[in-house]
Amino acid sequence: MLDYAWLIFVPPLAALLVNAFFGRRLGKPAAGYLGAVAVGLSFLVALGIFFGLLGLPAEERSHTVTLWSWIHIGNFRPDFALLLDPLSSLMALVVTGVGFLIHVYSVEYMKLDDEHHQLDARRYARYFVFLNFFIVAMLILVLANNLVLLYLGWEGVGLASYLLIGFWFHKPSAADAGKKAFLVNRVGDFGMAVAIMLIFAAVGAQAGSLAFTDLYRVIQQSAPLLAGVASTVTLLLLLAATGKSAQIPLWVWLPDAMEGPTPVSALIHAATMVTAGVYMTVRMSPLFELAGNTLTWVAWVGALTALMAATIALTKTDLKRILAYSTISQLGYMFLGVGVGGYVAAMFHLTTHAFFKALLFLAAGSVMHALHGELDINKMGGLRAKLPTTYRTFLIGAAALAGFPLLSGFFSKDAILVATFEHHAYLLYAIGLVTALLTAVYSFKMVFVPFWGQPRDRKLFDHAHESPALMTLPLWVLAALSVVGGLVNLPFVATLEHWLEKLVALGPVGKPEHPALAVELALLAVSALVALGGIWLAYRAYVQQPDLAVRIRERIKPLHTLAANGYYFDWAYNKLVEGLWAFSRFLAGAVDQQSIDAAVNGLARAFGWLGSRTSRLETGLVSLYALSLFVGLVVVLGYFLATAIIGR
Amino acid sequence: MTAVPTSFYLVLSALIFVIGAVGVLVRRNALIIFMCVELMMNAVNLTLIALADRFGRLDGQIFVFMVMAVAAAEVAVGLAIVMALVHHRDTTNVDEINLLKG
Amino acid sequence: MQLVLFFVLALLAVAGAVGVVLSKNAVYSALALLLNFAVLAVFYIMLNAQFLGVVQVIVYAGAIVVLFLFVIMLIGGQLAPDALTAGSRRPARVVALIAGLVALAGLAYGLVSGALAPQTGQVQGSGSVQAIGRVLFTDYLLPFELASVLLLVAMIGAVVLARKPTKS
Repeated sequence: MLDYAWLIFVPPLAALLVNAFFGRRLGKPAAGYLGAVAVGLSFLVALGIFFGLLGLPAEERSHTVTLWSWIHIGNFRPDFALLLDPLSSLMALVVTGVGFLIHVYSVEYMKLDDEHHQLDARRYARYFVFLNFFIVAMLILVLANNLVLLYLGWEGVGLASYLLIGFWFHKPSAADAGKKAFLVNRVGDFGMAVAIMLIFAAVGAQAGSLAFTDLYRVIQQSAPLLAGVASTVTLLLLLAATGKSAQIPLWVWLPDAMEGPTPVSALIHAATMVTAGVYMTVRMSPLFELAGNTLTWVAWVGALTALMAATIALTKTDLKRILAYSTISQLGYMFLGVGVGGYVAAMFHLTTHAFFKALLFLAAGSVMHALHGELDINKMGGLRAKLPTTYRTFLIGAAALAGFPLLSGFFSKDAILVATFEHHAYLLYAIGLVTALLTAVYSFKMVFVPFWGQPRDRKLFDHAHESPALMTLPLWVLAALSVVGGLVNLPFVATLEHWLEKLVALGPVGKPEHPALAVELALLAVSALVALGGIWLAYRAYVQQPDLAVRIRERIKPLHTLAANGYYFDWAYNKLVEGLWAFSRFLAGAVDQQSIDAAVNGLARAFGWLGSRTSRLETGLVSLYALSLFVGLVVVLGYFLATAIIGR
Repeated sequence: MTAVPTSFYLVLSALIFVIGAVGVLVRRNALIIFMCVELMMNAVNLTLIALADRFGRLDGQIFVFMVMAVAAAEVAVGLAIVMALVHHRDTTNVDEINLLKG
Repeated sequence: MQLVLFFVLALLAVAGAVGVVLSKNAVYSALALLLNFAVLAVFYIMLNAQFLGVVQVIVYAGAIVVLFLFVIMLIGGQLAPDALTAGSRRPARVVALIAGLVALAGLAYGLVSGALAPQTGQVQGSGSVQAIGRVLFTDYLLPFELASVLLLVAMIGAVVLARKPTKS
């Protein structure tokens, strides 16, 4: 039954082709329904894969389905094959499940364009083509059985991201954002490509297909082969992951990516594509464990990114921007989890984050829909009266994000913090805890400022209306998942851990031993306190004493400026690019124009000069020609004479 | 009676030839150039006949016969050309006949 | 005796040649040329080419020089003097002169050192009319015929070239 796993690609592929060619004729909302149903069918296949695996004994839950022999050059023979195991099936479920809900939401949401006019049918259909294409690429990425196929999916989602971020291409900011995302990702992709090449160079003979199962085998049985390049390779892979998952130093594209339609932000830049980096590191975790040091880097990159992004989120007033920075921060948590060997915790958080972050984005979209595209929370207020469903679901999402006790986010975040603690990385634990506090604060800033209090813009408020069912239904589903998602891996029950354990317990770090009951409970309590404390702080700052926020900002002015400007990453990159441009201009001028062109043109001119000089010989005077002939004759005569004399 | 050594004739012929060649190169009047060309051809004739005599064969003389025939033809045509040129350009100065200049 | 004769005649021939080259007047040049031809005719006779000696006088001295003189008269004696001292082509003239001297030296050397001993040729036949005729109409028949064609062509060519251009 698992051999039919390839069916997962068929519905979205078919739907995207139909929408590409006949989308305009299908019109809205038919084109949308087609796209959504396709992903729904894929979800059913993913479920099938899941249950198929469930039916197998734990040791055998790794099934490869080879679709065709893809590349075959000497030792290098990656196949177009799928690896069905607990990790990939989990990702497939998340991608197709959340993806389906977002497609349904989009059917209604995308009827209007960014200026809240009716979107024309062709563009509407095009949206679903891109979105389905994304699903296909993402599935290739997560189901790939080898590094090269993964890379194909990796690039594919990058392309989809570019297409979708720049969907409102007539807006220069959107077009630029798409370009920026693609270019920044390229840096990471370059790292990945080099890493793959290095791996192949090291073990091409043993694992020429670069299949994960083969690589695991090589690592287990003949680790020294890879030990040499492990550090370099894993650092490069980390670079790639920071690109795709928006960590330091390649995170700058994600906030700009909010230019895209909100469902896109929900799907690609919250729930799925950005998690590809996390998935890839978990997939390659045996290699990371072999390298040793890199995992420390991973953890620190994650922790610092989480902290940095949380501070920036606090300074923003654009609803989607806050969510974007929040995503960066939560992804940092996942990296932190991976870095301390808490692979299960990271995947757990990945799953719950997909639920509540997608929920938050979709709810934000609902707010935008109601307020005709307004995103500045300082222009909102009191919306809970007008948008009850949106408010309630948003609240649930924010609570999950903040780590409100017993919601999904609480358990998943805590799992990561526990892993940090077990790993004896107390400094990282502290950073994680502080970030959790900040997370709670900005999460509820997003609740209190737009939804509570008095409306700040009367006109906007009056026009607001709740969203239709097609949009609110997915919100409720995601809300439900955000609440019960924690059941997936409750402490001590650890369902997910058992699901994944065979996969990730391969290296010396292995799975951390579980702490004693007391420690675990204590840590849980601390997390709960932090979350509640953050919520209370937000209440104080944004409801009770609004000027408190202003006063705090004044007190820490320099810090605030630093955070508000994104720690000047963008500024630094701009300077770098300008420098490159200046260098390029120099090359074009000095080297190309003045040196090379001058040389070539100079050569041509030299010949022209030579020609004009020699054309003086063409005097038209026959006598001169005769003279030349005669002189030539004399010379020849002299030559013969000379040889004759010398010969004598 | 001592016969004249053949080489004397040859040297004389070379002398006349060179004089004619220099004349071709130095003079600018088309007719005089022509005459110098004839001079050169005669020098060659002398060479041929001298050598024919030296080797006791008549081939050299036949050669000269042909040269004379050709020379006659050439003079006729050449002078006709010069006449046409003078009608056209009103000058016999070969320096002014420089349409090939370029 | 013959040597003396040779040198005297040689002197005359060279004088004639130089006269052709150096004369300012075209008519003088033609007459110098005539002198040269005549002396050459004598040389031919001295070299057992009697037939050719006579032909030389008839064709060269008699026809070609006359033709030259005709053309000179037709065109007009007031040809622009191109005195050898005219400056515009001085370098060319110098080069030509030098080249000529060098050529002469080389030729002379080559010819002399070719070690051709003086020999009174035993004749296959002297250059008498009969002898020439015999050879002309047997061994060299084809060139003879071709020469006649050549003369025909030249005649036609000369006539064509000398016509005034028709206004059409």
